[in-house]
Amino acid sequence: MFFSVTQALLDGLLTTFQIFIFTLLFSLPLGLILAFGEMSRWKLLRGLIQTLVWIIRGTPLMLQLIIIFYGPGLWLGQNIWSGSEAGRITATVVAFSINYACYFSVIFRGGIEGVPVGQREAGEVLGMTKSQIFFKVTLLQMVKRVVPPMSNEIITLVKDTSLARIIAAYELTFAGYSFMKSNGLTWPLFYTGVFYLLFVGILTLLFNYIERKLDYFR
Amino acid sequence: MAVLEVKNIGKHFDSTRVLDDVSFDLEEGNALAIIGSSGSGKTTLLRCLNFLEKPDHGSITVRGETLFDADHPVKGQERDLRTKRLHFGMVFQAFHLFPQYTALENVTLAEKLLAKEQPDFKQKKKQIFEEIEAHGKALLEQMGLAERMDHYPHQLSGGQQQRVAIARALALKPDILCFDEPTSALDPELTGEVLKVIRGLAKQRTTMIIVTHEMAFARDVADRIIFMDEGVIVEQGDPRQVIDHPKEERTRQFLTKY
Repeated sequence: MFFSVTQALLDGLLTTFQIFIFTLLFSLPLGLILAFGEMSRWKLLRGLIQTLVWIIRGTPLMLQLIIIFYGPGLWLGQNIWSGSEAGRITATVVAFSINYACYFSVIFRGGIEGVPVGQREAGEVLGMTKSQIFFKVTLLQMVKRVVPPMSNEIITLVKDTSLARIIAAYELTFAGYSFMKSNGLTWPLFYTGVFYLLFVGILTLLFNYIERKLDYFR
Repeated sequence: MAVLEVKNIGKHFDSTRVLDDVSFDLEEGNALAIIGSSGSGKTTLLRCLNFLEKPDHGSITVRGETLFDADHPVKGQERDLRTKRLHFGMVFQAFHLFPQYTALENVTLAEKLLAKEQPDFKQKKKQIFEEIEAHGKALLEQMGLAERMDHYPHQLSGGQQQRVAIARALALKPDILCFDEPTSALDPELTGEVLKVIRGLAKQRTTMIIVTHEMAFARDVADRIIFMDEGVIVEQGDPRQVIDHPKEERTRQFLTKY
């Protein structure tokens, strides 16, 4: 039994991991774009992005996931995601990427605006170009500022992947839960928890490492 | 001929007039001190010279080349603006050293980035970088920081940080070096070491503009002095003359506070 539970949880972990990685892959750059958009000179663009961030942060991720997975099928009369496991994962990644990009954008904006104006001005009077100032002066200071809040969000993302169960994606929590439903077993639930703990534990070590690496300056 | 000619500079922030019809000349090798209470426009004037602010009126000419003329605005390419900026060096009140670089790296960063634009950079990279490093080390030694070159800014005292900032501004060999209240952010016991360095630069006939609240220092070091109030130059002349025997009532009133 232990073996088959482990097997099933590893299957679920793979899906969880896919959702996690692809969401990061898309939401990080998208979040940076949104952050720049929110600092743009164009009021209209700023307003649009602020509205988007308000809607996304103001409604449950689970609700967004349901709308994105079932909505197109009901509106267009055909399911754009296909009923396969891959389709469910794709829909989850889309919903999660939009959601997390909004949270990341706020963190990135804080990081960019947190670098004192004097840093940019010091670069300017030394004849540096805008891109030299960004890459050689402000970027690393911004990274240092965003690592702690980003580590929070990314750890939350690990656990949010369990929401994909609502559209029947076979992720880690679903896998553990299925043994309770079919066999009345509760220990696989705790075993599932151990998987999450290990996942988050590795991430925590990674973030600590990055923070230590950036500890040489203030 | 004057190195720097500033003519009729005017600047508004929204409806507030910050600078009004400010004109002065600066001779090669001279030190000019600018005094005045906070809000008198001294800092804005320095920021205009360094292209951190754009004046609404007036012109700025360095060695006969007009860098800025509000009546004949040029659609500036970033490259041109950078070249113009390099006529001036700037030392900020709050240092603004780059925290992720060592003292030496702070001094050499801009010079290395500029060197990359030289046509023969790729062939001579090693030699060019060695020269820049040697130049940076020499500057830090001149600032009395030979032992601190590999320290990061947070490992240095305020006075040491400001001296690194001075070396950084000198590294690009500006025609005119500007100081914006270089000792105002320092503890009293640390101002001396920074003033000593600036005094040394004055002895070497470095062309400088120093915005300062240190009256005794201004009187000693400057060849000329300007007193500003509410965005205008109230009085200018020989520092001893202006500080010891001010002609204007406003100057007199300001000086009684020191």
